[in-house]
Amino acid sequence: MTGPVLSVRDLVVEIPTRRGVLRPVDRVSYDIAAGEILGVVGESGAGKSMTGNAVIGLLDRPARITAGEILLTGEPIHGLNGEALRRLRGRRMGMIFQDPLTSLNPLLTVGDQLTETILEHLPVSAAEARKRAIAALEEVGIPAARQRIGSYPHEFSGGMRQRVVIALALCAEPELIVADEPTTALDVSVQAQIIALLKRLCRERGVAVMLVTHDMGVIAEAADRVAVMYAGRLAELGPVREVVGNARHPYTAGLMASTPSASGGHRRLRQIPGAMPRLDAVPDGCPFHPRCERAEARCRQAPEPMLQTCDGRAACWFPVVADEEVPA
Amino acid sequence: MLAYIIRRVAQSVLVLLITGFVAFSMFSYVGDPVENMLGQERTQADVDRLREQLGLDQPFVVQYAKFLGQAVQGNFGLSYRQGRPVSDILSERLPATLELAAVSGLMALAGGIGLGIFTAIRRRGVGANVIMTLSLVGVSLPTFLIGILLIYVFAVQLGWLPSFGRGEVTDLGWWTTGFLTVSGLKALVLPAITLGLYQMTLIMRLVRTEMLEVLRMDYIRFARARGLRERAINFRHALKNTLVPVITITGLQLGSIIAFAIITETVFQWPGVGLLFINAIQFVDIPVMAAYLMMISVMFVAINLVVDLLYFAIDPRLRVDGRSGGH
Repeated sequence: MTGPVLSVRDLVVEIPTRRGVLRPVDRVSYDIAAGEILGVVGESGAGKSMTGNAVIGLLDRPARITAGEILLTGEPIHGLNGEALRRLRGRRMGMIFQDPLTSLNPLLTVGDQLTETILEHLPVSAAEARKRAIAALEEVGIPAARQRIGSYPHEFSGGMRQRVVIALALCAEPELIVADEPTTALDVSVQAQIIALLKRLCRERGVAVMLVTHDMGVIAEAADRVAVMYAGRLAELGPVREVVGNARHPYTAGLMASTPSASGGHRRLRQIPGAMPRLDAVPDGCPFHPRCERAEARCRQAPEPMLQTCDGRAACWFPVVADEEVPA
Repeated sequence: MLAYIIRRVAQSVLVLLITGFVAFSMFSYVGDPVENMLGQERTQADVDRLREQLGLDQPFVVQYAKFLGQAVQGNFGLSYRQGRPVSDILSERLPATLELAAVSGLMALAGGIGLGIFTAIRRRGVGANVIMTLSLVGVSLPTFLIGILLIYVFAVQLGWLPSFGRGEVTDLGWWTTGFLTVSGLKALVLPAITLGLYQMTLIMRLVRTEMLEVLRMDYIRFARARGLRERAINFRHALKNTLVPVITITGLQLGSIIAFAIITETVFQWPGVGLLFINAIQFVDIPVMAAYLMMISVMFVAINLVVDLLYFAIDPRLRVDGRSGGH
């Protein structure tokens, strides 16, 4: 195995506003290897979707990348724009959106949408593109794909539509998939099917997947490694079993304590006091310190803890040590 | 689908019966044509004879039934003023109006959609903003003023184009056309612009608003994420979704282009049905007015029917034929 498919290094995304520059993504670094699913988790506004959009080059103006690097199989892509970036999108990196009901053009058949994507990126004939479109639908588990290829999006159920969306993201055989809340809009039973499908495609094709979600259950189910984001920064990064089982960052520990689990019995769910700071009012020092029970003087002062300056796992000066009672 | 068409046609017939009633009521309530047709020196015998000749002495219901029966056959009686069959007069005048309406309608549609797309895609550009500002002029200036301004500039000052009439026309037997002669085409330019300008700016602003709306949709974002070209995104994905409301408005506007050609035809002395109608009003020529009213309502109803059918062609979600799976 050669290096990671996606490498994000000290990525900074800034939004200039009249009242100063906001940083929805602040010095974020992570790698995703081929065949690996990295879960990116956090509250609304933690910067997880913004990271995904930055990677695929779909930041809405005026948000823009101001520092750091994004490497796709070692090649820098953060400086690309326009045509060069368009050629990469779909071909080398695909994206799956939250709502399958609105992701598909209602006036074009799924076959049209698949073949136009394939023809755009691959040097194949129209007949071959159609063949591949049918194969793509079969691969994501659409029954009777050959008959369904002429159907319009409204003729599919929500879960089936998300399968079509996945087929569309994968039909030009990209190396990286950014899945932004792919299951949030679906029924719980359909969620599990879609997660299983993503996992299978990731394993079979060796695609690197960045799975953005706020749902810890989805992360625990699907991801190999997990990155926890808080106020635009990485709070914790590690293998999913360790992060879920033995959270080191007090924020992650709080998230875990506030997630219901089937095996947890009738334990009362804990709540993290306070709310995530607004982007224009991120406190000095560790951004989590106003809500943190473990905070000490050092946490309130610059420099704030970063993954790189701490143990590489949790951005915390006083991480939770394994086997210790989880603080609320 | 077939049931839908049948239902729509039945509705259309109902609408036509009602307008027919209104058109017919004019005979009883708008002035007395006999007064106009006979001069000052008339006897009561003359009046009675003419009343009987025109069928005005019969009961209201009988007159209405006769009117409908004749109207269905395209017979609207004799013009009070010209003493000739109204259907002949209308069919003489109709080509002029239809050619004018077709040219200005096409101009409004092509220009409106083209400029609408341009101003939506280049939303922040200088050109788009200039066009948007100018379009306010097009929306707010009344038609007759635009006509008079155009006449002043291009006919009076520059002398490039004629200020009135239809120019030289070619008679094809059942149709007279101005498309085949230079003077006919030149005469068409100013009235067509006058008639179409308002519709064009309306369509343009509508297309722009719809397009901006559609460009914000998730499927456009997803199309970008799939690496499609901007051209494919704008014209294949966005434009088609823009068209449904545009077709509704355009259909209604096409009807009003024909109906409201009256003003333009008056300004340019265009020998069409609009001018005929204005003259008919002046002379209380009720058969002509009634026939005009019926003709316009038939056109509106027909256009609306076509528009409804076009929805089916564009939006597959409306083609419910039991095949669909989900909701």
